Amino acid sequence: MSIVRSVLYAVGLPLLLLAAWWVATANSESPFNPPLSEILATFGPTWFSGDTFADTRFAADILPSLGRLLVGYAAALVVGVGLGLLIGAVRPLRELAEPVLEFFRAIPPPVMVPVLMLFLGVGTSMRVFVIATGALWPILLNTVEGVRGLDPVLKDTARAFRLGRWGRVRRLMLPGASPQIVTGARQALSIAIILMVISEMFAAKDGLGFSVVQFQRSFAIPEMWSGVIMLGLLGVLLSFVFRIATGAVLAWYHGYLQAQRGGA
Amino acid sequence: MNAMLEVRGLRKVYTGRGEPVEAIADLSFAVAEGELVCVVGPSGAGKTTLLRCLAGLLPATSGEVVLAGTPVVGPPKGMAVVLQEYGRSLFPWMTVTQNVELPLKEKGVPRAERARLVGEALEAVGLADVARSYPWQLSGGMQQRVAIARAAAYEPQVLLMDEPFAAVDAQTRFELEDLVRALWQRLGVTVVFVTHDIDEAIYLGERVLVLSARPTVILEDVRVGLGAERDQLDTRGAPEFARLRTHVYELVQQAKLGVRSLADARLTHAG
Repeated sequence: MSIVRSVLYAVGLPLLLLAAWWVATANSESPFNPPLSEILATFGPTWFSGDTFADTRFAADILPSLGRLLVGYAAALVVGVGLGLLIGAVRPLRELAEPVLEFFRAIPPPVMVPVLMLFLGVGTSMRVFVIATGALWPILLNTVEGVRGLDPVLKDTARAFRLGRWGRVRRLMLPGASPQIVTGARQALSIAIILMVISEMFAAKDGLGFSVVQFQRSFAIPEMWSGVIMLGLLGVLLSFVFRIATGAVLAWYHGYLQAQRGGA
Repeated sequence: MNAMLEVRGLRKVYTGRGEPVEAIADLSFAVAEGELVCVVGPSGAGKTTLLRCLAGLLPATSGEVVLAGTPVVGPPKGMAVVLQEYGRSLFPWMTVTQNVELPLKEKGVPRAERARLVGEALEAVGLADVARSYPWQLSGGMQQRVAIARAAAYEPQVLLMDEPFAAVDAQTRFELEDLVRALWQRLGVTVVFVTHDIDEAIYLGERVLVLSARPTVILEDVRVGLGAERDQLDTRGAPEFARLRTHVYELVQQAKLGVRSLADARLTHAG
């Protein structure tokens, strides 16, 4: 019963919105705003037609996009968490770095695309780098915050029981900061998806963003819309995967919070 | 008797923003191997400062702490701590077993030996059946038992306890006091137990160190002649217990008034 209900809640509003879109555009004559039925009809052929899977647009455009996204995001995670642990744990370093970090965070990442094009050209490395540098800040800043916020009693306990440097990182700082790290990683994922698309709108030869721009320029308007829908679906899928992946990491935290609120 | 823990001329001055604060003026005492010593004093007597110095978590301004012949400069081997804030001294992302096992892992104890030590320690504190639970799923008293089990499994030479039962309810407190006595007798470990509770100090200790208000010195080193076997009803009802309680109570009251030596203390109930 409760599963049925939660599924209904999850898909209810999207279905309603789709229905509204369907009805509103059903008799649309505007070439820029084609009926939803037409968009959905082009969705399959646009992305999944081809003699072999390798010939489909899905393989030619979306998989490269996702590949760049994952590599850039993974790099941001590794660098952000690693640097964040270091900056969070060493107070002089933190005081030194914090104003600079705030400055970099305040720069909207897309503005770096034209700049990085000068240095890295227009290839894959530029796009991956744009994604990585944009996704880095929320992860880095949240990790610093998480390490800084560690309970001093817990830190004393770790010291009193002589946890070594690596032990402190692995058993105290990483798990202790994990709620904030996950928060940062969640923000970073959204930013990474945005940058994946934007980086493909400049001088690209493949990718989802590239496809949408190309469809628009060649007046393939239903196909353009299908690209937007595809992007939304990928976003939903990625955030679902993210939730699954982090759910196990943070299981303790949800229970802990509940106990703190007197629910235990 | 050999001194397991020796404190010589310990002084601690906090310097930070504003005026330096002298928390501990001059403390010297020794704790023999296998002894259980309680430390009481009025609130703000620098009890926690003392314990943090003993644990090597806080450097002394002058003087030294010597554990088994070796000066303490950082958290030493062979010392375990149980802190007042049980809810915050256990790692909430680890189960009870993992919490107890962690210091053993860091110490490099082999896996089979670890399992044995953890099992025994949890058995000893009566928590074998919640080994897989997380600390936050347990009551306050049980959480403090986990912290005690963690310290016991570590097999320390010296066990430091900083007001460990200040935040648990009165009945749980009695149980935990008996648990500490039982573990102490079984393991033969040296225990320094800091508390603000006079009854608790006398009930648990072989000796009670009564501290002055800050800057702290020792007012008196009181011997507790209550024998090895203690019982919540019989011991607390004994005339000797009442006498010690009165005496230490008066000392603490005098300490609150700023008295800094036994000679200056005005004790109205002669013991």
